[in-house]
Amino acid sequence: MVHLKINNIPVEVKEGTTILEAAKIAGINIPTLCYLKEINEIGACRICVVEVKGARSLVAACVYPVNEGMEVFTNTEKVRKSRKTTLELLLSDHKKECLSCVRSTNCELQKLSNEYGCDENRFKGVRTECEQDTSTSYLVRDNEKCILCRRCVAVCKKVQEVAVIAPARRGFNTHIACAFESDLNDAPCVACGQCVAVCPTGALHEREEIDNVRDAINNPEKVVIVAAAPAVRAAIGEEFGYPIGTNTEGKMFTTMRMLGFDKVFDVNFGADLTILEESNELLDRVTNKGVLPMFTSCSPGWIRYIEYYYPELIPNLSSCKSPMQMTGATIKTYWAKKEGIDPKNIYFVGIMPCTAKKFEKTRADESASGYPDVDAVLTTRELAKMIKTSGIIYNELPDGTFDNPLGEFTGAGVIFGATGGVMEAALRTAAEKITGKPLDSVDFKEVRGIKGIKEAEYDLNGVKVKVAVASGLTNAKKLCEKIKKGECDYTFVEVMCCPGGCVNGGGQPIQSAYVRRNVDLRSKRAKALYDEDKNAKIRKSHENEAVMSLYKEFFGEPGSHKAHEILHTSYVDRKNK
Amino acid sequence: MFRSHILVCGGTGCTSGNSMKVYDALVDRVKKAGLENEVHVTKTGCFGLCAYGPIMIVYPEGAFYSQVKVEDVDEIFNEHIVKGRIVTRLLYKETVGEDGNIKALNDTNFYKKQHRVALRNCGVINPEKIEEYIAYDGYEALGKVLTEMTPQDVIDVISKSGLRGRGGAGFPTGRKWQFAKNSVGNKKYVCCNADEGDPGAFMDRSILEGDPHAVIEAMAIAAYAIGSDQGYIYVRAEYPIAVQRLTIAIKQAREYGLLGKNIFGTKFCFDLDIRLGAGAFVCGEETALMTSIEGHRGEPRPRPPFPAVKGLFGKPTILNNVETYANVPQIILKGADWFASMGTEKSRGTKVFALGGKIHNTGLVEIPMGTTMREIIYDIGGGCPNGKKFKAAQTGGPSGGCIPAHLIDTPIDYDNLIAIGSMMGSGGLIVMDEDNCMVDIAKFFLEFTVDESCGKCTACRIGTKRLYEMLCKVTDGTATLEDLDKMEELCYYIKENSLCGLGQTAPNPVLSTLHYFRDEYEAHVRDKRCPAGVCKKLLRYQIVADKCKGCTLCARNCPAGAISGNVKEPHVIDPNKCIKCGVCIEKCRFGAIIKA
Repeated sequence: MVHLKINNIPVEVKEGTTILEAAKIAGINIPTLCYLKEINEIGACRICVVEVKGARSLVAACVYPVNEGMEVFTNTEKVRKSRKTTLELLLSDHKKECLSCVRSTNCELQKLSNEYGCDENRFKGVRTECEQDTSTSYLVRDNEKCILCRRCVAVCKKVQEVAVIAPARRGFNTHIACAFESDLNDAPCVACGQCVAVCPTGALHEREEIDNVRDAINNPEKVVIVAAAPAVRAAIGEEFGYPIGTNTEGKMFTTMRMLGFDKVFDVNFGADLTILEESNELLDRVTNKGVLPMFTSCSPGWIRYIEYYYPELIPNLSSCKSPMQMTGATIKTYWAKKEGIDPKNIYFVGIMPCTAKKFEKTRADESASGYPDVDAVLTTRELAKMIKTSGIIYNELPDGTFDNPLGEFTGAGVIFGATGGVMEAALRTAAEKITGKPLDSVDFKEVRGIKGIKEAEYDLNGVKVKVAVASGLTNAKKLCEKIKKGECDYTFVEVMCCPGGCVNGGGQPIQSAYVRRNVDLRSKRAKALYDEDKNAKIRKSHENEAVMSLYKEFFGEPGSHKAHEILHTSYVDRKNK
Repeated sequence: MFRSHILVCGGTGCTSGNSMKVYDALVDRVKKAGLENEVHVTKTGCFGLCAYGPIMIVYPEGAFYSQVKVEDVDEIFNEHIVKGRIVTRLLYKETVGEDGNIKALNDTNFYKKQHRVALRNCGVINPEKIEEYIAYDGYEALGKVLTEMTPQDVIDVISKSGLRGRGGAGFPTGRKWQFAKNSVGNKKYVCCNADEGDPGAFMDRSILEGDPHAVIEAMAIAAYAIGSDQGYIYVRAEYPIAVQRLTIAIKQAREYGLLGKNIFGTKFCFDLDIRLGAGAFVCGEETALMTSIEGHRGEPRPRPPFPAVKGLFGKPTILNNVETYANVPQIILKGADWFASMGTEKSRGTKVFALGGKIHNTGLVEIPMGTTMREIIYDIGGGCPNGKKFKAAQTGGPSGGCIPAHLIDTPIDYDNLIAIGSMMGSGGLIVMDEDNCMVDIAKFFLEFTVDESCGKCTACRIGTKRLYEMLCKVTDGTATLEDLDKMEELCYYIKENSLCGLGQTAPNPVLSTLHYFRDEYEAHVRDKRCPAGVCKKLLRYQIVADKCKGCTLCARNCPAGAISGNVKEPHVIDPNKCIKCGVCIEKCRFGAIIKA
């Protein structure tokens, strides 16, 4: 143990602790901007500087390890002035359109500048001029708001290991760019949006589609249908002040109607449908010696990853469309026919915790009705923004519910939003299909939790099923390498592009680095979903009556020719294109 | 036995002055005359007196020819080599006594006060021949270390010698090695910083070009001391001759078994590789250099952990600069006491300085620590040309500060320089005379660091840029006195808050000039006047009507068409058109044009 004093308060901490962590123990907060625990520990922004007795200059608390007998001062005049100057310098090279910025009131730079009473014009000078990168369907990069904290770069490189963005040029001309200054659209970006989730300012945000959705709502010819992904209900409350991990599903349904959507369905329904198709495909591959292990295909970032980095593993991907696409495809075929509506006039909006979904909806082979399965994708944040600008007092709303028939869902559909959830839902159905007997317990706890890679083996009536679950592409990469080298014999592998699964997706409400450091967003939000599953009356996808009658009335059975036409898709090799 | 040895400088300075053509011509003459067995022509490293290059020495007479052109080769060959008559007209004039006799080079002002330790072989041996290095005691120190000393003995000798890092910060070398020796690791690295980037400094280049084996030998000694088996020399790609000679030297050392496995028949194994720097100044900073060797964008990382604990590829590493290493074999051979007998109490040994700017003898000099600035500038450097008054000297490159004339008697060592607001740095010494504007000088150095900042930390990336913009306001005449205070405040902020040494020292040129030449700043601000007549925006070119003869020469040469007037009548300059290029002043034969 190391003993030190911070602002004259004695503290005892483990060796290797940073000043920042030690200060927290002493009840002292040191502001940070570039620091992301274990991901970006580079001491670059200099906001966290503190005085250390005997040191030549100020030191960065986020990376400086404590020493025995050290005396640290975090709140001296010199420290406060330095931090203020750092902020003022950052502001001098910042596009200050704070009043209308997408991150206003949720911007770490704005918050600190306000706290330190900065004069935003004290260091007026030339400003970096960079064009916005609006080349993709999912992200906007605005380097003029970038403070070069490099949190996005670190997340892209260390968490997702795709590293499509990095600092380019040097000195004052430094900016974040793709290789050879190409557009993001020409880079092998998987579209996960984890960079957006960690950006402290408005330099990175999703490509907004709110206006398109409003136009559709205002168009009398359009039947506008909305459905939210499982993970949305676990996080949207954060935008309205609810504690992290509060499930506000009922208010979400009520709001959707108030916003003017004609029908409120649910992607949870599509998740149950996915399980029927996917477990059928899995059993087929096992029985008929198809390519194994089979990979899940719900996560569009993961799909892009395989297409760009491991195209040789494309045959391992399930051909099932994602739950969102299945929902859209079913609405525009089955439901349209049932209701006698021309699919041309149906406008389907997916509410997603994800930025890659904005890309997914544009993929080829995702328009079963002849029209795109999905017309617009709003992130959780965009839905919250729509709610706020509509004057809806979210917190005071009564709980509502979904519309039938494509809203009904089971607990299995709900847990899709957390890593391991798809696997667990699939196992619930596959197990009963193989054994022909109801499960004693539907809980497959081995595949739950935020561990990067989880493995389990089940004996289902003599059929050995070996499964693996990975979230975050660093972990996915490890699995891909093992599979490529033939070092494992998994039957079924679930991969979610974002660490912790969709609850921690790139489209979810943004929490500051401080919050992320002290709260595990992944497990808190996941718990909200597992709680809903626990309390659900029906917890197995194949017991979803709406899904079953959909098969009876329309698809016939899972894996049928019709199901294949409408609910399955294909992939492209983007590496060798 | 050769009756005559001709040593032609093959350093970068002389090479760019065509010395290799001189060399080729001499070899050709010798061959054609059939004198290959009598006359030996060698290309060597740098002699130091770069201002008078290309340089060559002919032994046994010790005739020191300077500014030799290819056209001079015939005369030198026919007269001196064939007939034995020294060509006095081509000798470096300092070597010719009043009586017409030749003085030994070491008796000339330029060399008299010098004491060559790091540069001892430069200009003496052929750097491309390991045999010549060995003939001058080369690799004897390594042999001694491997066969007679323990690693701790080696570190003790280096520590006792008082050797401090010659790259800039002056950290005690022995202590650095001790830290790395004490660090536990299955792999350790020895690195050499040859990414010499200070404008005007080229001693490391000279050593690599003139005596590459000294560095290789020292690195092997260091590796033995700390327990390493792999080294890297990080050398900038802008030094092609150095890279080439290092490559040759490493190859020869391997062939001689002085690099590789079981060196000198002992268990000690060590090998070396070269890594080329791509032109980033910041890669001279130790952590940035290592990050660059690892294959990443060359940017510094926070310390601690220090390289001795967690350096290259996360392993314990020592990094020393070329000049530091060049001292090591000598210290081993001649002993710690010998080295410690030179220099001052806290700065032992010698230091190489690169003299540049407004000084007669530009070039490289190696002097004992504690020599005064006056001795270097006047006795060795020959003072400012054209009888101009010495105003200041900048040491330490863009990280250093300006030392004013009244401190010229300061004995130069690490601590004295820091005490007067500058630093040793790598040893660049740029001399300024009365025609230099100190604000402009500060701006020049700061522009360099602004450009070379890696952009990682806020203080350096934006801070230096804003500081530069403030300096521009001063030289443009748009600054206020409050701006000067704000500048000073920003300087201290940058020093305190920057991540690495580059940012922490970047404001030094501004701070030192603000401190010693505040009146000059104030003249720019208050009187909108540049006392040295340098800052263009504050200058007005005027024609003194009384002196102008109306010859029209100025008007005809003005590139901006700003001068008008009738023949044989006084001309006038239109200040709105004038671009202040100074061509008119150069052309006027009557001194009728003045800057005001």
